Amino acid sequence: MTDVSATGPVVSIRQVRVEFGAVKALDGVDFEIRPGEAVGLVGHNGAGKSTIVNVINGGLSPHKGEILYEGEPGGGITTARAHGVRCVFQELSLCPNLTVVENTRLMHAGLKGLGWRKRAHSLIRARMDEIFPGHGVDCLATVGSLSIAERQMVEIAINFVNVTEDPKLVILDEPTSSLDAGLAEQLMAYVRRFVRAGGSVLLISHILGEILSTSSRIVVMKDGRVVASRAAGEFSVKSLVEAMGSVVKETARNAAASGTSGEKVIDVAAAKGSSTPFYARKGEIIGLAGLGGHGQTTMLLDLFAESSSKWFPSAQKPMAFVAGDRALNGTFPLWSILRNLSIGNLPSMSKLAAVDTSREATHGEDWKSRMGIRTPDMTNPILSLSGGNQQKVLFARALAGSAAIVLMDDPMRGVDIGTKQEVYATLRREAQSGRTFIWYSTEMDEMRLCDRVYVFRDGAIVAELEGDAVTEDNILAASFSGEAA
Amino acid sequence: MNSFRLLARKPWTWSFVAAFATWIVTILFTGGASTASLSQATLTFAAFSVIVGLGQMLVITLGPGNVDLSVPATITLSGTVALKLMDGQDNMILLGLAASIAIGLVIGVLNYALIKFLRIPPIIATLSMSFLVQSSAIWYNRGLRVKPPEALATFSTSSTLGVPNTAIIALLLSLAVWWLLDRSMFGRWISAIGQNAFAARMAGIAVDGCRLATYVICAVLASLCGYLLASFSGGAALNMGAEYLLMSIAVVVIGGSAVAGGNSNVPGIWGASLFMFLVVSMLNTYGFGAGVRLIMTGLIIICVIVAASRPAGSTR
Repeated sequence: MTDVSATGPVVSIRQVRVEFGAVKALDGVDFEIRPGEAVGLVGHNGAGKSTIVNVINGGLSPHKGEILYEGEPGGGITTARAHGVRCVFQELSLCPNLTVVENTRLMHAGLKGLGWRKRAHSLIRARMDEIFPGHGVDCLATVGSLSIAERQMVEIAINFVNVTEDPKLVILDEPTSSLDAGLAEQLMAYVRRFVRAGGSVLLISHILGEILSTSSRIVVMKDGRVVASRAAGEFSVKSLVEAMGSVVKETARNAAASGTSGEKVIDVAAAKGSSTPFYARKGEIIGLAGLGGHGQTTMLLDLFAESSSKWFPSAQKPMAFVAGDRALNGTFPLWSILRNLSIGNLPSMSKLAAVDTSREATHGEDWKSRMGIRTPDMTNPILSLSGGNQQKVLFARALAGSAAIVLMDDPMRGVDIGTKQEVYATLRREAQSGRTFIWYSTEMDEMRLCDRVYVFRDGAIVAELEGDAVTEDNILAASFSGEAA
Repeated sequence: MNSFRLLARKPWTWSFVAAFATWIVTILFTGGASTASLSQATLTFAAFSVIVGLGQMLVITLGPGNVDLSVPATITLSGTVALKLMDGQDNMILLGLAASIAIGLVIGVLNYALIKFLRIPPIIATLSMSFLVQSSAIWYNRGLRVKPPEALATFSTSSTLGVPNTAIIALLLSLAVWWLLDRSMFGRWISAIGQNAFAARMAGIAVDGCRLATYVICAVLASLCGYLLASFSGGAALNMGAEYLLMSIAVVVIGGSAVAGGNSNVPGIWGASLFMFLVVSMLNTYGFGAGVRLIMTGLIIICVIVAASRPAGSTR
């Protein structure tokens, strides 16, 4: 690989500074990426990862410093694209009302003239087959009808398509956040093939295993600076986490769980196509596992729908919901952080139906410090926060209320490891004080934190695992059972 | 300077700037002779647009697709029924008011029932409701021309301390709606629904309850407007609500409320209502013909909307 990296870098940025008001998003960053390199970029939420991506793809011009594309200084999205820089965004950027083929056309202006649909179709289908063999996505379907995992697959494949210029550097910002383990492995295998063929990839992920196994070099960011840049072989999960500045905590099970003693707070008879009833006791953390999109979210939505009236407002809510797909059913984009937080719990901050703004502000400051929401002012717009910090706001919204049961729809998507550890600790504390958590997650590590786990397949519960039986092997076995035979 | 910048950032500032400019231009033409009478007339007529505009604004806050097109028919039905019921007797004034409010309640509930249970989009549901309501008004009215009770007619055409009584009522209603929108939990809820109805549902908001209440409030405000308008103009007519269809939506838009929902304001309704009346009287004063007047009105409205929709000092 030495002969490839002898050529000049695809992109290099020098002493770049970016400031948003008082916040220094990038504080004098040097960074370069050479052909044939897969660079892993890690860091906490708000460390500047997304900002560096936006500088490289030309969406953001730095206040100081310079960007060189293949040795030529320049900036702007057009220049970046002309030099083969592609970016798969963390927040999906496809148009939901258009088909996969039409979205391909949007991204690739070179697909024009008569018969572009046909060409686009064969290009995107070939790339989808290459990256995700056996994907089963209809490229003539509108994007809105696809699941979130399928959309993510399409978005990735579109960026690897070559029409007029070859992709030289593909930036993958949390590409596997909505993919299950099998699809994520397919993608990583493709990334390795792409890099071996001389392409470059900048990979951002909070799943450190992925970063360690896929990248050749790892860059660690902290508070807008690069604090480490070494070959991937020199890092382990532990040293990587330490470099990011947080201490690895052993993931302990909810030790003081009430076990089989607590009263049942939810009890649902077995659904059709399943022989396992669903129940939850007071103070339990229940995991919903299985491959993504196999009915876990539907179950959470159904549980919530039964608990809350659509016609009458009530001060006492038995259940709270923490969204994973924030833009879909989590945040209110026009509002401040404070209003996004307080909306779940207005009656407790109101007098005679009117919101007491001073009590609301106190409430906001309280949760800002408890969750460590990184903002100078809670009245800033919610969209000014990084994804992980928006997620903290949604957590705070659910925990601040009196709800005895908290439903979580894969809420740790795109949350950094330090925040995760804080939230895990909060969950355990809250569970001990009698709250019940029902937690859908695609990450195995999180399932191991649960007292009991239900495994889903094809919209129904296929297995119930308890205590020490909650292992990766058992969960995977249950998720796939029957298909292998 | 700082407070000026703060003012420039408010979405409703432009409607007041436009209204004031039109007022000045109109007065200049007459050499100041008409200042008092023009201001009086403007306040009186703007009051009616304000009352229906407030309701329409709440409905539009609910988000894309939410609009109440049954407003004009509600105005007509409320006006005709109330006047016929009161039959010109002063002791029936309160009963007429109650009947008028009841009409609003029923129409609001029926509107939302169509939207919710028959799953008809609001624009179609309220439009078909308006045909039913308008037909009821025609059937009920049948060429009758009843005069309003003497006391009510006097009240609605006179002024207190130089301010028309209708404007005072509109102001009181505006204060109530402002409190509802900006201070109460209900206001937060409908703004949340307008921004992201799914997220509002998952935050535990009683989405259907809020939407029903909003459509009912809108219909009640429209029927109050019908009651006042019929009393003010000395009798109900079957076309009395017609001009308020577009007017009610225009004042919301010109007032700087977001057409896509979730972000509304009450002051803008006043600025826009004053402006809408003043434009017509300005063009009248300058002696334009009806055709030119309509074209000019359209152009001026477009200009104001363009100016107002430019996000002044907004973040990204």
